[in-house]
Amino acid sequence: MSSELSELYQSVILDHNRAPRNYRRIDDASGSARGRNPSCGDEVVVFVRNDAGVLTDVSFEGSGCAISRASASLMTQSVKGKTRDEALALFERFHALVAGDGADARSLGKLAVFSGVRAFPARVKCASLAWHALRSALEDAPARRHPDDSRPNSETKRSADAV
Amino acid sequence: MTTAAHTLQAMPPLRALDLTAVRADFPLLADRAGGRALVYLDNAATSQKPRVVIDAVRTFYEHGNANVHRGVYRLSESASAAYEHTRVQIASFIGARTAREVVFTRGTTEAINLVAQSYARPRLAPGDEILITAMEHHSNIVPWQLVCGQTGAVLRVAPVTDAGELDVAGFEALLGERTRLVALTQVSNALGTINPVTALVAAAHARGVPVLVDAAQSAPHLPLDVQALGCDFLACSSHKMFGPTGVGILYGREALLDAMPPWQGGGDMIDTVTFEESTWADLPAKFEAGTPNISGVIGLGAAVHYLESLDRGALAAHEDALLKHATDLVSRIAGVRIVGTAPEKIAVVSFVADWAHPHDLATVLDDGGICVRAGHHCAQPLMRRLGVPATTRASFAFYNTLDEVDALADALASAHRMLA
Repeated sequence: MSSELSELYQSVILDHNRAPRNYRRIDDASGSARGRNPSCGDEVVVFVRNDAGVLTDVSFEGSGCAISRASASLMTQSVKGKTRDEALALFERFHALVAGDGADARSLGKLAVFSGVRAFPARVKCASLAWHALRSALEDAPARRHPDDSRPNSETKRSADAV
Repeated sequence: MTTAAHTLQAMPPLRALDLTAVRADFPLLADRAGGRALVYLDNAATSQKPRVVIDAVRTFYEHGNANVHRGVYRLSESASAAYEHTRVQIASFIGARTAREVVFTRGTTEAINLVAQSYARPRLAPGDEILITAMEHHSNIVPWQLVCGQTGAVLRVAPVTDAGELDVAGFEALLGERTRLVALTQVSNALGTINPVTALVAAAHARGVPVLVDAAQSAPHLPLDVQALGCDFLACSSHKMFGPTGVGILYGREALLDAMPPWQGGGDMIDTVTFEESTWADLPAKFEAGTPNISGVIGLGAAVHYLESLDRGALAAHEDALLKHATDLVSRIAGVRIVGTAPEKIAVVSFVADWAHPHDLATVLDDGGICVRAGHHCAQPLMRRLGVPATTRASFAFYNTLDEVDALADALASAHRMLA
């Protein structure tokens, strides 16, 4: 096995693929969006709960390759508790890491395990699929003024085809 | 014009299948970029090219390059002659009655679009039907959807079984009063299933319905004979049959092509042009507007000549052995299921593993120098029908070896250790 391949399939990634975290719906989500990778049929739905500007819960469902599942799983852990803007800024840095234009992996915490993706350009879309869906879900998820606001959730399904 | 079988008999003595020698004809197979042997198992996507094809293209640009059908100088005349010689070769290779029945296109896709727009569109009324099958490549689905949208015709889809075979009774049941055209593939690109085209054409003709055969996948593996198939149109691609990319073949019965209006307008397809009206050139130039892919067509001629120099019966037997060995080894790997188990198949093994997504498998196999396709194979409706989001597909050509099948199985076993 080449070192590139073992960098890509690090044990953290294989673990999150086998046992993805936050793999569930959020019934009272303030936003959700579907991401599709038309070239391989991978599909992910990301749910967010945005309470007074903070992402108090983030989850996903869907089917895909190990890279896309692990990325979705680690993403939900990484953005939970962050503000919308912090989450979007993290996506920027994550994208720079996997697309190879030189993000500082140390600032990315656990997400640094995806640094191996940059050696596999065909897999960049897999790693960023859930993040694109998250961004669409956030556009769809205005912050609730009161955490206990019980307005019915208008769950507009947005589509975030990875490009 | 002779049939394909007749032509084979008329050829010089055939070479017995010497795999080492055959492989040496394909420069890329010996390439050691990355320091390891390349195991190329994505032949259904495109085939590798023998040196004679590469040389024919290079020689044309070095010594023969001029535009065709225009110049009166010798260089142009010889370019035209070489281009037209390929047309005659192709006519013989597929059993066409005359070279006028052979139109060069950009590929199978363009050939099908030509028939959809030039043959079908003027003949379709709202409620008319076009019948395809559930195992078509997108290129034999979308052109018909477009023409249905333009005319109000309806696309009907013959079902396939869980094994990936055409449901022949279901196909025949859909041949109805309003069916105006059948378009079906001879071989499934995703699964390798061979359809009983001769019988299906006969069933359609019994109801007066013409048939287009997509031969993109069959051309490199099965003898092509449009008389034996009985089809009215046939489309295939040079690059899948060891020729250059960017060239396709459309065969059409002369009477049908004659009655069809041009599809694209431009140079080389006209008789007389005035600003009031233009008249069309005769067949096949009517359908070849603009400067064609001259070097590609000449390269295709070299590819067909190469194929005819080989004992295609021996090639087919070798490909069968590859299929049996690959089916046997791949199905033995834990958690792996072969998708597409028709008794009549070309050497394609499409499979899913319950422990890995096809993309992960393809990445791990690539690490071992093994090129396979992972995805929906441009056949999303078929994937949906079979209940799989995607498959991993190993597709073989006659230059593949049993050792390469072993390498595939070994790499799958180590992928299993890593990903399961």
